[in-house]
Amino acid sequence: MTVKHFIDLEWKQYFRSAYWQKSIALNILMIFLALYFIVCFLIMGIALYPMLKDFYPKQDPLVMVNSYLFYYILGDIILRFFFQKLPVMSVKPLLTLPVKRNKVVHYVLRKSALSFFNFLPFFAFIPFSIMLLINDYSMLGVLTWLLTIVVLTLIINFLNFIIESFSAERELSVLPLILFAGSLFALNHFKLISFSEWVKIAFQSIYEQPVFVMLPILVLVALYFFNHKILSEKLYLDSSLKTEAEIANSSSMEWTKRFGDIAPFMQLDIKLILRNKRTKSSLWMLILGLLYGLFFYPQPTYQGLPWFFAFIGIFVTGIFLINFGQFIPAWDSGYYRLLMSQNIKYEQYLKSKFVLMTLSVIVLFVLSIPYVYFGWKILLAHFAAAIYNIGVNTHVIMYGGAFNRKKIDLNQRAAFNYQGTGAVQWLIGIPLMLVPLAIFGAAYWLLNFEIACAILILMGVIGIVLHPKLMNAITEKYQGSKYKMINAFTQDN
Amino acid sequence: MIHTENLSKSYGTSTVLQIERLDIPKGQSFGLVGNNGAGKTTYFSLLLDLIKPTTGYVKNNGIEVHKSEAWKPFTAAFIDESFLIGYLTPEEYFYFIGELRGQNKADVDALLSQFEDFFHGEILKQKKYLRDLSKGNQKKVGIVAALIGNPEVIILDEPFANLDPTTQIKLKSIIKDLAETKGVTVLVSSHDLMHVTDVCERIVVLEKGEVIKDLATNEATLKELEAHFSGGELV
Repeated sequence: MTVKHFIDLEWKQYFRSAYWQKSIALNILMIFLALYFIVCFLIMGIALYPMLKDFYPKQDPLVMVNSYLFYYILGDIILRFFFQKLPVMSVKPLLTLPVKRNKVVHYVLRKSALSFFNFLPFFAFIPFSIMLLINDYSMLGVLTWLLTIVVLTLIINFLNFIIESFSAERELSVLPLILFAGSLFALNHFKLISFSEWVKIAFQSIYEQPVFVMLPILVLVALYFFNHKILSEKLYLDSSLKTEAEIANSSSMEWTKRFGDIAPFMQLDIKLILRNKRTKSSLWMLILGLLYGLFFYPQPTYQGLPWFFAFIGIFVTGIFLINFGQFIPAWDSGYYRLLMSQNIKYEQYLKSKFVLMTLSVIVLFVLSIPYVYFGWKILLAHFAAAIYNIGVNTHVIMYGGAFNRKKIDLNQRAAFNYQGTGAVQWLIGIPLMLVPLAIFGAAYWLLNFEIACAILILMGVIGIVLHPKLMNAITEKYQGSKYKMINAFTQDN
Repeated sequence: MIHTENLSKSYGTSTVLQIERLDIPKGQSFGLVGNNGAGKTTYFSLLLDLIKPTTGYVKNNGIEVHKSEAWKPFTAAFIDESFLIGYLTPEEYFYFIGELRGQNKADVDALLSQFEDFFHGEILKQKKYLRDLSKGNQKKVGIVAALIGNPEVIILDEPFANLDPTTQIKLKSIIKDLAETKGVTVLVSSHDLMHVTDVCERIVVLEKGEVIKDLATNEATLKELEAHFSGGELV
């Protein structure tokens, strides 16, 4: 068993999955996004040196860059936490074969070093280094500096997996990272401990004394082996087979009864959300989403941009809708064949999801009312966005679900299970937020704020009025792709 | 009850199932045997409209299964663990299925009380989610759930696999009872020739997707089947 075999296995797994064949468009979109970022970074890398020279003629651009590296590191850690996942590999079939565990782990870790996230920075740092060399910086110093950046990128790469492996075991998966990054930032910001100064000094000394590059390399090696240790422990089946049977707590959820014939499905959906790790973590996203407005509204810049309010409104009131809705019906993929052979009406099944999403929008809107502190316009925009979410986005996302071909295995609790997470998850939310933003923005520029709100509300109301018709169309779409969905959901990977 | 006409299923050029005609009368206990890949699960999947027939149709009580869904209220099935909902407790799962089949909690409880013996005290009131039960216990839950709501047709794929001998014997008497006294049409597939001959009044052998034997069970049936599958000819 060599690395060649591993690569061969993964290649087949990827291209033979039903998912790949159905989502070429999504893959193309990802490629375009990647190209876009590459170009952005390239331009930044080339322009950085002359720009810094221009604005701050008295300062050394390299020192300037070094003094901001701390923020770069923080940002990189946070971005990676949300977007980069440890490469998935189905290890179970390999465990009984004569393959050394060591080799599997080394392979997974090394593969992670090939992530796009590790290459992207160099589209900026390499041109910047070349500019440094052109401007008569010491050859050895610049090359060592660049090497240090490489090492730093890999350090962040492996640090991220350690953070992830720890947070994956906790309920509040996002919170530790936010606290960690937030407190580092705060300590630095209020000059209690000046991390940015330290980072600057460190990089500066490496530039002047290339020998010091050994220190970050040692850190990298240590992190690599720490990762190796964590993963090797998880490679034993008993960690996933261990009967850490949770004690089931059942409640009858009588209140759902008032929704009539969709009650059993609503109970099922609520239990789905509360009893699975994957879905529970998306509950915590609600809090984050609700606070999202606080990033913008306190800043005076955004007060002058009312067209932006609708976007935040869609996000704040629709975060559950986007998070939960995009995996309809994949949440039920594990037992989809049961549902399809039972005496159920597709419409009731879908209606329950619709009611759940609508309720979430209403609750989130009510919870977001305190934003009125930043101006009544915000409240109005949020209200319009909530109506739009209920009338339009719920239907759009459920219609989109009919094209869903990716299984989510809720039961699997193995260490390598990151299904359905990663960058793609966030891409799907874009049209749901950008379309209303475009409509709202256009109406705002051409007419005024109130009319823009009215248009969103009107679209939402039309959606609500047409709800029965839309549901029929959506139901038909699901029925049409029934066999394809069953087939895709019975596939592994 | 179940009428199969000119049914076939092909993937590309390979045909995995080809049944010209097969009638299963009401109240029959019907056994399907065959080697791996003979088409047993394919046939059951077609019966449940989980895959689309290439040609022909299956009629369940006069209803073409891939054209109407009216067969669902009186048909129940357990194919494999993917018919279970892992994050529910067994009780919740039974009640959920019960609601889909128009049974209230009391109805379901009444049914479950008949199976206390079968569950052997390992299923109910254990405060465990289905995903934490062993494979055998999961199977018991699935089988009993298929009995909720007095279905007229019950389809069980490999019900004896993964079960311990005690449970296998109990299950056999449950299936027999269903067909003989309650008039339920029971369709069972199995690799275990002995169990099938014990339970079913009629046994059909599938090979490479085609019906090659259709036997009414009697004392000689087991021998005949064993001879067939060991490759020898019946003398």
